[in-house]
Amino acid sequence: MDMQNGMKKRWISLYVENQVGVLSKISGLFAGKSYNLDSLTVGTTEDPTVSRMTIATVADDETFEQIKKQLNRMVEVIKVIDFTDVFVRMKEILYVKVRKCTPEDKAECFQIATTFKAKVIDYGHDSLLLEFVQTATKNDAVVKLMKEEFGNIEVVRGGSVGIESISYMER
Amino acid sequence: MKQISGNKLLVKALKEEGVEMLFGYPGACTIDLSDELYKQKDISIILPRHEQALVHEADAYARTTGKVGVCLVTSGPGATNLVTGLATANYDSVPLVCFTGQVARHLIGNDAFQEVDIVGITRSITKYGVTVRNREDLGRIIKEAFYIARTGRPGPVLIDLPKDVMAELGSAEYPKTVNIRGYKPNTSVHMGQLKKSIKMLQKAKNPLFLAGGGVIIARAQEAFLEVVNKTQVPVVTTVMGRGAIPTNHPLFVGNLGMHGAYAANEAVSNCDLLFSIGTRFNDRITGKLHEFAPHAQIVHIDIDTASISRNIHVDIPIVADAREALTKMAAYVEECHTKRWLSQIDAWKKEHPLTMRRNSSLSPMDIINEMNRQFDEAIIVTDVGQHQMLVAQYAEITEKKRLIMSGGLGTMGYGFPGAIGAKLGNPDKPVIAISGDGGMQMNIQEFATAVLEELPIILCVFNNEYLGMVRQWQKLFYGKRYAMTNLKAGALSRRTDGQEYPEYTPDFVKLAESYGAKGLRVTKKDEIAAAFEAAKANTKTPTLIEFIIDPEEMVYPMIKPGGTLEDMIMDC
Repeated sequence: MDMQNGMKKRWISLYVENQVGVLSKISGLFAGKSYNLDSLTVGTTEDPTVSRMTIATVADDETFEQIKKQLNRMVEVIKVIDFTDVFVRMKEILYVKVRKCTPEDKAECFQIATTFKAKVIDYGHDSLLLEFVQTATKNDAVVKLMKEEFGNIEVVRGGSVGIESISYMER
Repeated sequence: MKQISGNKLLVKALKEEGVEMLFGYPGACTIDLSDELYKQKDISIILPRHEQALVHEADAYARTTGKVGVCLVTSGPGATNLVTGLATANYDSVPLVCFTGQVARHLIGNDAFQEVDIVGITRSITKYGVTVRNREDLGRIIKEAFYIARTGRPGPVLIDLPKDVMAELGSAEYPKTVNIRGYKPNTSVHMGQLKKSIKMLQKAKNPLFLAGGGVIIARAQEAFLEVVNKTQVPVVTTVMGRGAIPTNHPLFVGNLGMHGAYAANEAVSNCDLLFSIGTRFNDRITGKLHEFAPHAQIVHIDIDTASISRNIHVDIPIVADAREALTKMAAYVEECHTKRWLSQIDAWKKEHPLTMRRNSSLSPMDIINEMNRQFDEAIIVTDVGQHQMLVAQYAEITEKKRLIMSGGLGTMGYGFPGAIGAKLGNPDKPVIAISGDGGMQMNIQEFATAVLEELPIILCVFNNEYLGMVRQWQKLFYGKRYAMTNLKAGALSRRTDGQEYPEYTPDFVKLAESYGAKGLRVTKKDEIAAAFEAAKANTKTPTLIEFIIDPEEMVYPMIKPGGTLEDMIMDC
């Protein structure tokens, strides 16, 4: 089996029982079976007994099939949705705090915010807090850019959440 | 409405689930439950001498009765001692419901006395595990546990019971039905897929059935035999599938895999259709994946979707219970034209028949052959190692016989408690445990359980003074450097640089006698028959027969781990 075969990032959405230990069981499956776990987010749904997870994994075709099967056979997993061929809306929240800003730095931050449709949500004497809600790929680009532009930044990312779109073909 | 304690509800639930026997070891966190069980007579309580043995006993009881094995142990060490047994049951798909005591809810997380997160510890080796956090959930959780354990691909379920939850009063109702939204095991078979596979089978020139443990778990032997007889397609089995058809059936070729018969492995390598049922294509049967069944299209029937196309690519996957699928299949199949293929397989059988050298005074093959001769009906339970593979090769498994072992996990120490569990579940059937001298000493304390329960088990210890299977690898692949495998090694051998060794410890015969069991020692071939006769005549206590085996005895043939058929070692 060629492990490099069809190796790429894939997305899964999971409906799971909102119970103690379920997150640990899901993440434990990935760790125990040496599956890559790139990103995992979880939150409750409109039904408080059900949580929904959005999971990203880098895997080849065969491993990905196996991941879906292994998730499906878990008692606490209600439904597994493979996002591969589904039109989805998917976004990630990203906060970037820029410290030790000069006035020029601040001006540039505002420019970046305008360009990326980000918000400046907090402002200090020599610091600034930006909020980005966009795709994880775009967030990757922002982090790279801001790391190059400003020496002293602090980054926190939420991980992607996704939902099937109603009519759009946009990702 | 009447209110009862959680402990009372649990006992009620066990009765409603039809539990007749419970394997339990007490402790502080389960003492109330023990007390409730003391007040009733419907469920027999077995007290093993170690929780690991306890869970193996429940496991073998479940395997040989088809019922769910039920365990009750206390919190902390009682619970952690279950771990090996849970993993054993999980890999061999055995239905268990294990109750573990837990400290009261307000103490959880405080590193309280005898507190462990057993649900967390066992998460990856159970089918399902849960801590009961509310008294009102208890009935539903127990109901679900039994349902999950025995349906679909069976497996162990663990329920952790905080002491205060069990003391709390609540509803006396035990639910009648189960509805778990995330767990809907498959009960039907896709007829389109099945018919497609049958068409392939009828068209194949060299078709071959591969039967795994799933055939036996599903109790599909009868349906399978009908399919085999109708189609005249030869059969190979995994060690767990041995007995899927009687081993004296003319279409049975042998076990495949690392210690499989030459003809069976040749058949797999040359077949053009491998029709497999209830196996997960474990590395011990496939060897090097690229070379496994290289000319074959593969059909795979399995209850567990995740077992299909996992290790090898499958052309026709069929998710179904083996008995369901084979029963349906029996109605459609016709005779395949396999005469030429069968004569080819016969030629392979003649080229390298399964045999052992007979130059030593006492060969394991002679012992197993004598066992085959003397017992038409038996449950044979092995431990793990050379003797296990030899029994898997030579034991005749016909309709009235069963072979059980720790096949997936390979748990040393399974054999003896396994035999106890099997005998408790089948008091009228002869039960024979076969173990090595190494495995026998893991869980040897169970002599107490077997003697006190008056279980006339026949316990065969193949004593070669070594951990034989590891020694075999050392002999073949490690330049005869017998690291850590000599069971007589110690201070004396170290002091004398390997020149002197003490007498073997323990004296198995005396050890058996000290527990009140019967002990016999066999050193020559002509003593075997009489020893088995004497063991059969002893109907009140276990009989241990120690067979003194030459450490040079090897299990052949052997394919190196990850090797191919070309690497098969026939003898050295």
